Amino acid sequence: MSSPPLLELRALAKSFGGARALRGVDFDLKAGEVHALLGENGAGKSTLIKIVTGAHRPDRGTISVAGHTVPGLTPAAARKLGIACIYQQPALFPDLTVAENIGLRLEGAAAFRRVDWTARRDRVRGLLDRIGAAISPEAEVRSLSMPEQQLVEIACALGAGARIVIMDEPTASLTQKEQHLLFAVVHELRKSGVGVIYISHRLEEIFALADRVTVLRDGESVGTSAVSDINESSLIRMMVGRELTQIYPPSESAPSQVVLSLRDVGCRASGVRGVTFDVRAGEVFGLAGLVGAGRTELARILFGITPADSGEITLNGERVRLPTPKDAIARGIAYVPEDRRRHGVVLDLPIAHNMTMAIHPRFFPATWLSLGKERQLALDYIRDLAIKCAGPEAPGGSLSGGNQQKVSLARWLATKPKLLILDEPTQGVDVGAKGEIHKIIRRLAREGLAVLLISSDLPEALGMSDRIGVMRGGTVSAILPGKSDAHTVMAAALGTEKGAAA
Amino acid sequence: MSRYFRELSVAAALAVVLAALAIFAPAFYQPQPLLTLITSQVAPTLVVACGMTLVIICRQIDISVGSVFAICGVCGGLMLSNGMPIAVALPASVLLGALFGAFNGALIAGLGLPSIVVTLATMVTWREALRWLREGVYVNIGAKAQWFGMSQGAGQWTIIIVAAVIMLLLAVAMKHLSAGRFVYAVGTDAEAARLAGIRPRLVTFLCFVFIGGLTGLAAMMSAVQSPQVDPTAGGGLELRTIAAVVVGGVSISGGRGNLWGVVVGLLLLSSINPALTYLGVSAFWEKAIQGAIILLAVVADGVRSRKQK
Repeated sequence: MSSPPLLELRALAKSFGGARALRGVDFDLKAGEVHALLGENGAGKSTLIKIVTGAHRPDRGTISVAGHTVPGLTPAAARKLGIACIYQQPALFPDLTVAENIGLRLEGAAAFRRVDWTARRDRVRGLLDRIGAAISPEAEVRSLSMPEQQLVEIACALGAGARIVIMDEPTASLTQKEQHLLFAVVHELRKSGVGVIYISHRLEEIFALADRVTVLRDGESVGTSAVSDINESSLIRMMVGRELTQIYPPSESAPSQVVLSLRDVGCRASGVRGVTFDVRAGEVFGLAGLVGAGRTELARILFGITPADSGEITLNGERVRLPTPKDAIARGIAYVPEDRRRHGVVLDLPIAHNMTMAIHPRFFPATWLSLGKERQLALDYIRDLAIKCAGPEAPGGSLSGGNQQKVSLARWLATKPKLLILDEPTQGVDVGAKGEIHKIIRRLAREGLAVLLISSDLPEALGMSDRIGVMRGGTVSAILPGKSDAHTVMAAALGTEKGAAA
Repeated sequence: MSRYFRELSVAAALAVVLAALAIFAPAFYQPQPLLTLITSQVAPTLVVACGMTLVIICRQIDISVGSVFAICGVCGGLMLSNGMPIAVALPASVLLGALFGAFNGALIAGLGLPSIVVTLATMVTWREALRWLREGVYVNIGAKAQWFGMSQGAGQWTIIIVAAVIMLLLAVAMKHLSAGRFVYAVGTDAEAARLAGIRPRLVTFLCFVFIGGLTGLAAMMSAVQSPQVDPTAGGGLELRTIAAVVVGGVSISGGRGNLWGVVVGLLLLSSINPALTYLGVSAFWEKAIQGAIILLAVVADGVRSRKQK
């Protein structure tokens, strides 16, 4: 420990509103090492990255770069210190060429500076060569594949003199071959003394690439270890090892007949394949898995947003096709989407209008609306779901997150569905409202509804589900009973049962 | 009360103008000139503004209405001058307008093209095609112009009643029919509407068909008022209707507003010219004052929506 580490974080803490995203995290990165960062969804990885890149300011704690403490880090300052982040979705200008993109970032931003095209091209070619990327500087970024765009980002980071490169799930959308190319680039970076923070859900990548690994859980660092000293099983234990802090209402329904039955369902466009399972009336069927495993994509298939192109979907014993949301609604499917601010509650419209939005389309175009009945329906749901609001006329945007979620739920309950798909129903909802939503889900199941619950909150998925399907790589890789332990579910989600030692 | 603050403040401005006229220029309130003003200026514009309200609530815009208005007027006029009864020429004009609207709608909803570009193109194209075909010749419809053979006074009242009935029917439909709700829903958030089972593209398409049909109707309401149909009629109609809609409190970004506000907005904008004339101010100020009113309305909306966030 002669020279100070390239990057050192001490006791970093950050809260968003009431939610504590980071609670005193220590982390360090040495020159010429690949340090993997691992953790469940919501463990605090992205917050940590955003602090290091200067996008967020920590509430407490210090950041030191090469031994110097840097207070008040801004994105510009971070760049100047040689910190670069390669995102999953590269932020390049698609209509400009590779050279123009890199030139824009590396050369000064004076409006009337003359561009030396030859110098720019040579420099870009040199950078691309350094990482072994066979990309023409003249190519339009639009014509490049996703991994090629990532390489452009990396070249750009190197050109800016980056000493600390952060890679946020860089392989999520890559093919096997492209991954190997990227790995070679990472090795190249390490050799040249760059420190790499590598975030990935894929354990086999961590074992193949990283020197050390740090596991985050609930905003705390569980531990840092050399990759050579640790195995998969203990990594998983570090990720999930926590007590269930929340009490979930017990399951008391007796699942009866099968409502939804999927046989080998897939959709090439959204990367879902070979999904097979049944959901029964009165049952909460949980869908667990990591971000990008295909859970929302599956929900979108069932709701006719991106229709299935293979397999069989059977609803109440009848084989169905679901080409549009309208058809899905007509068949008794309801979908409370993940992004409620965007697709759930229309913030400008009154609560009452939001609640009836899904029940009139069936009668397009001209049913007479009884405004009195609509108001009554809204009042009923406001009371029934305990929605805190000024009244049925209040706009959706005036409510808190949890209450918006309830309005979104009410819209779909009003359609009297047979199958209710909930996509992350408690994301960004405060603890009190969360408990209430759990109780509502239980009650709906008791009343005979089939519930498909997508949740990235593992304790919630475990606590609420009668059975859990675990998704990985676009398919359901395991179906486990509701009382399964977190370790088993996480192992299935990470896909470690097949030897990843390769 | 506060819900209708926007509409009421425009109504208050209108009341101020009317009161000023009552005090300083009571001559304004002579029945016949006033009636003529309303039938020739306000009523046809109101019919088109009704369609424009729908289109703008749907987060679209149609600037081709002036050209469609001219073509429908000329075609309807030609039918009349060739001896066809108004009972044929009127529905034919509405249908023709609806077809032009369907053309816009198919490009906008079907191909997802931006409405401002599509209707700008059709505005110029139809206007120039008409000029080329007719070479600016007026259509002489002479005495046949009488509205179902009525006397002038009765004809004028019919025109006013037709405009009022259309506006009322549409106002009720927007509030009490599912279809009206769909327009608001699509205008605020098309994706959320789609997830709720609404078909945003169909709704958008029908809005354009609707404004086209209404423009055809307005063209005939205007054509029958004089013995000759002007082939350059409807110039600036898109600006007048969009201005009325915006001043009436309809959000230009879609999803908000109602027809009552639009009526008041149109009356306010239409009252400026006669008010200036009767009050002895140069009428050259008309456009400037109208522009100021529009600017004020837009700024007020901007301030209000910033406050909400």
